[in-house]
Amino acid sequence: MASILGNNRRYERPLSEKIWHLGWALIFLVAVISAVGFAMLYSAANGSIHPWAVNQMIRFGVGLSVMVTLAMVDIRTWMRWSYPIYGVMLFMLAGVELYGEIGMGAQRWIDLGVVRLQPSELMKIAMVLALARYFHGLQVEDVGRLSWLVPPALIVLTPAFLVLRQPDLGTAGMLMLAGAAMFFIAGVRAWLFVVIGVAGLAAIPVGWQMLREYQRQRVLTFLNPETDPLGSGYHILQSKIALGSGGMFGKGFLQGTQSHLNFLPERQTDFIFTMLAEEFGLVGGVALIAMYTLVIAYGVAIGLWSRNHFGRLLAMGVTTTIFLYVFINIAMVTGLIPVVGVPLPLISYGGTAMLTIMIGLGLMMSVLVHRDTFIGRRGPSEDD
Amino acid sequence: MHNDQDRFKLFTRRASILAGGQLALVSALVGRLYYLQVLQEDRYRMLADENRISLRLLPPPRGRILDREGVPLAVNSRNYRVLLVAEQSPSLARTLDALGRIIPIGEHDRRRIEREVRRKRPFVPVTVAENLGWEQVAQIEVNAPDLPGISIDVGQSRFYPYYEEAAHVIGYVAAVAEEELTGDPVLELPGFRIGKSGIEREYDGAMRGKAGTTQLEVNALGRVIRELKRQDGQPGDDVELTLDIDLQRAVSRRLGNDSAAAVVMDVRSGEVLAMSSTPSFDPNSFNQGISSTEWRALSTNMKAPLINKPVSGQYAPGSTFKMIVALAGLEAGLVAPDDRFYCRGWMDMGNARFHCWKRHGHGWMDMHEGIKQSCDVYFYELAKKVGIARIGAMSRRFGLGGTVGIDLPGEQAGLIPTREWKMARVGTPWQRGETVVAAIGQGYILTTPLQLAVMSARLATGRAVTPRLTRRLIGPDGDTRLPETPEFPPLGLSEPALAVVRDAMDAVTNHSRGTAYRSRIAEPEFAMAGKTGTAQVRRITRAERLTGVRKNEDLEWRQRDHALFVAFAPVKTPRYAAAVVVEHGGSGSTTAAPIVRDILLEAQRLDPGGRRRLAGGADGRGEGG
Repeated sequence: MASILGNNRRYERPLSEKIWHLGWALIFLVAVISAVGFAMLYSAANGSIHPWAVNQMIRFGVGLSVMVTLAMVDIRTWMRWSYPIYGVMLFMLAGVELYGEIGMGAQRWIDLGVVRLQPSELMKIAMVLALARYFHGLQVEDVGRLSWLVPPALIVLTPAFLVLRQPDLGTAGMLMLAGAAMFFIAGVRAWLFVVIGVAGLAAIPVGWQMLREYQRQRVLTFLNPETDPLGSGYHILQSKIALGSGGMFGKGFLQGTQSHLNFLPERQTDFIFTMLAEEFGLVGGVALIAMYTLVIAYGVAIGLWSRNHFGRLLAMGVTTTIFLYVFINIAMVTGLIPVVGVPLPLISYGGTAMLTIMIGLGLMMSVLVHRDTFIGRRGPSEDD
Repeated sequence: MHNDQDRFKLFTRRASILAGGQLALVSALVGRLYYLQVLQEDRYRMLADENRISLRLLPPPRGRILDREGVPLAVNSRNYRVLLVAEQSPSLARTLDALGRIIPIGEHDRRRIEREVRRKRPFVPVTVAENLGWEQVAQIEVNAPDLPGISIDVGQSRFYPYYEEAAHVIGYVAAVAEEELTGDPVLELPGFRIGKSGIEREYDGAMRGKAGTTQLEVNALGRVIRELKRQDGQPGDDVELTLDIDLQRAVSRRLGNDSAAAVVMDVRSGEVLAMSSTPSFDPNSFNQGISSTEWRALSTNMKAPLINKPVSGQYAPGSTFKMIVALAGLEAGLVAPDDRFYCRGWMDMGNARFHCWKRHGHGWMDMHEGIKQSCDVYFYELAKKVGIARIGAMSRRFGLGGTVGIDLPGEQAGLIPTREWKMARVGTPWQRGETVVAAIGQGYILTTPLQLAVMSARLATGRAVTPRLTRRLIGPDGDTRLPETPEFPPLGLSEPALAVVRDAMDAVTNHSRGTAYRSRIAEPEFAMAGKTGTAQVRRITRAERLTGVRKNEDLEWRQRDHALFVAFAPVKTPRYAAAVVVEHGGSGSTTAAPIVRDILLEAQRLDPGGRRRLAGGADGRGEGG
C-alpha cells in the first residue's frame, strides 16, 4: 500500500481523466439550484430578466468556468499556496478598513476599478484553506496541546475581528463558526469547545458593547419583532407573513403578493428564500433545502473519499461554509435568528457571493479529482 | 502511516458528528417552515391580506328631494375637480403654468399645491381646483397632452336649485360633526355630508343610502395596484314632498324681506303646499362650508333667518283665536249665536278694565258680528261664561297646544294654558282676568303658524286634518313607501255651529264691515273666508291709554304688534287653508290679510291639488326631474 501511495506522490493525472472525474452530479445540482435562482430573480423583477436574472446568469457562467478551472489545479498546488492566498486576503481585508467605500452602511467593498470585491466573502474560503494547511501538518497528539492551537486561532480571529469592525456580524459569525468546525474535525478536544462556549456566553455583555446601534436593534427586534412592526421588526415580520401565507403549495410563480407588492424587503438578495417559499410554498422550500442537503452530503462524501488530510479538511471546511450560508440565511428569513445579512448561496443576487461559492466548490471539486493524491504531513514542498 | 490511520478515523468520526449536526439543523429549518407555512398558514394569510388589501367605502349617492310634481329641489350636482399627480408631471411649474392659462391659479393656490405635493407621496393626487365649469373641463380635456399629471375627477356635491326659496323646509347638508358619528363608517369618509336641518335631516337615514365597498390591492407604499372586488352601495331614496315649488316661490316672494311665516295647506289631504319663512338663507353655502362672517350675519340677524318660523316660531294668535272661543261656547250650549253682548269700548271686571280694540265700542254684538268686526268685548263676555277649561279643550281639538306631528325637525308645541299648568309653572292660581285675555288670543297662549293653518283647515272641513310634508319615498328601484292620504276623522262638532263660524269668517273678508274687507278676493269662485289677528307684544299702560295709544309706526320694530291672518278658500267648497304671521308687522288686516289674499289666490290659480288629479294618478309626472 505504501508503495502505491509512494508512486502516487509524483503521479499527475492527465487533464482528460481529471475532467472525467469531476463531480458531474454536483455540477448538475449546482446548475439546478442556480437555475432556481434565475427564476426567482426573474420573479423578483416582476417577470423580467432585467436587471438581475441576466447578470446572475453571466456570473454563473463565469463562476462555473472558475469552478472547473480551480478543480483542475493540483491539490498540492493549493496546499502550497494556502498561506499566501490567506495572507493576500487578510491584506485586502485590512485594506477595506483603510480604503473601503461606504456601502449599505458598512465598509465591505474594495473597488478594483473593474469589479468591486468583498474580501470578507473570499476570506471565508481563504481561511478554510489556511486552516486545512495548518491542521494537515499537525500530529494527532499536537492537536491536543493548547500552544499548537494559538496559530489557527489567530488565523480565525484576525479576519473575524476585522470583519466585525467593518461591521459585518453575519460574516464574522460565519468565519468563527466555520473556524470552530475546522477545529472540531481536526480533532481538537471536545471539552475545549465547552470551555470556549461558556466563555463565549460570558463574553456576550462585552460583545454587546462592541455592537453598533443598528446591530443591537436587530438583535432586540429579533427577540421581540411584534413590538415594532413598522420599524426594525418590519423585515422579520413581513418575511414571516410572506412565508406563512405561501402555505403548502405556494401562490404560484410570479404570484407572490407580498414580495411583488414590495412588502418584502431585499427580495432579490437576502430575502429571496422568502419569495421562493411564498410562491412555491412548503413544497418548494423543502425541495430547495433538499438540494442544498445533497450538495452538503456530496461535500462530506468528498471529504471522506479523500486520501490526504488537507483535502479532507478542505472539503469539510468548504461544505461547512456552504451549510452555514444556507442555514444562517434560511434561519434568518424564517425568524429563527436575527437578520445578519447572509445571502443564500447560488440564488441571492450578488457577484462576490456567487464567486465565493463557486471558488469553494472548485476547491471541493479539486479535492475530489485529486482524492487519491498522497500528501505527507510536512506538506508537498518537501517532495518537490 | 499508523498515525494517518488514526487521524482518518478521528476525522471520520468528527466529520460524521458535524454532518449529523448539520442535518439536525437543516431538519430544524424544515420544521420551522412547516410551522410557518402549514400550522400558522391561516394567520399569516390573514396578515398578508391585511397588508395588501385596503377596504374603501364608496359613498352612496344621496337621495334627491322633489316637489309634488317631481321637480328637483335638492340634487347631487357633479363637482368637477382638477387633480394633479406629481409623479406623472415632469415639471410641476410648467404644468401649473399651462393649467393657469385655462383656469385661474392664484399665487396662494400655487403655494398650497406645491406644499401638498411636497408632503404627499408622488402618486397621491392633489386637488388643484374645485367646482369647475363645464367649459373649463372641456378645455382641460382638450389640452390634456400639454398637461401631464393633470386629471379631472367627478365628485358629488349637494345643490339646491331654488336657493333660499324653500330653504327652511328642505334644510341643508354639512360636514359630519364629531358628536354625530354613530359608528356608521360612511360618516367618517372625508367630505361626507349629512342633513343638518329640514327634510335633509328628517329623512337623512332614507336619503343616505347604503355605502358600497371596494377592495383595493395596495403595495407597501400604499399605491393602488388594482381593484379586487367591488360591492356597489345602494343609492338613497328620493323624497317627494307635498310642496308645490311654484306656489312656494310665489309665497316666499310675497313675504319679501319681512320677518314672516306662511303656510298653505290642502284642507282635504293635509298636504302642505307651501311653507315659507323669511328672511331666508342660501342652503348651498352650508354645503361648501359656510364662512364665519356669513354665519355670524345669519345667526345674529334679529329676523332670525335660520329659524323655520312656521313650525318653530311661537306667537300669540290674537283674534284668530276667537273662532275657538266661539265654538267652545256653542258646543257647551252656554251661548246661542244670537245672544248679544254690549260693547262700549271696554269691559270692567273687578279692578281691571279690558279694552276693545275699537275705542268707542261696537254697540250690541252677536257672534256673527263679534267675529266679523273682531269685537274684543263680545269675546271677553263670552269667555267669562265659557271658562278657560272649555276654551283649552276646544283649542286642542283644533290642533293647538301640542305638536301636530309635521315631518320636520324643531316643531314647537305652542301653549294652551290650563289652571293646573299655571299652578305648576307660575305658582299662582288662575285669575278670571286671564281667561278674558285668553279669549282674544293673548296672555299665555302661543301658537305656531303651522298650527294656525291646521286650525283653519279643521274649521273649513270639520275634520281632524293633520299636515304632512312628504308624499312618499321613492327607492332606487322605484318602489314607493309612505301611506297615501289618510282619512281624517270628524272633529265631532255640530254642523250648524261650524256654519255660524264659517259664515262669520266669510263676512270678515266679504262683508263691507268685515275687518279684512279690503283684502277680499274679488273673483267669486276663489273667494276666501278668514280672520284677522293682531297680537300685542307689549303692555299698554293706563297712562298711554289716556294720552292715546301709540301707533305702530311710531314704535321701534321690536315693539310693534304681530300681524296675523288665517283663511281658507274657496268659501263654499274649501280646498286650501293658509296662515300668515308677520312679526311686528302691524295689524292683521293691513299687513297679513293682503298677503293671505295673494297667496290663496295664487294657490287656487295654480291649484296643485287639482292638477294632480288631471295629471291622472298618484304618480304625478317628471320622476326624472
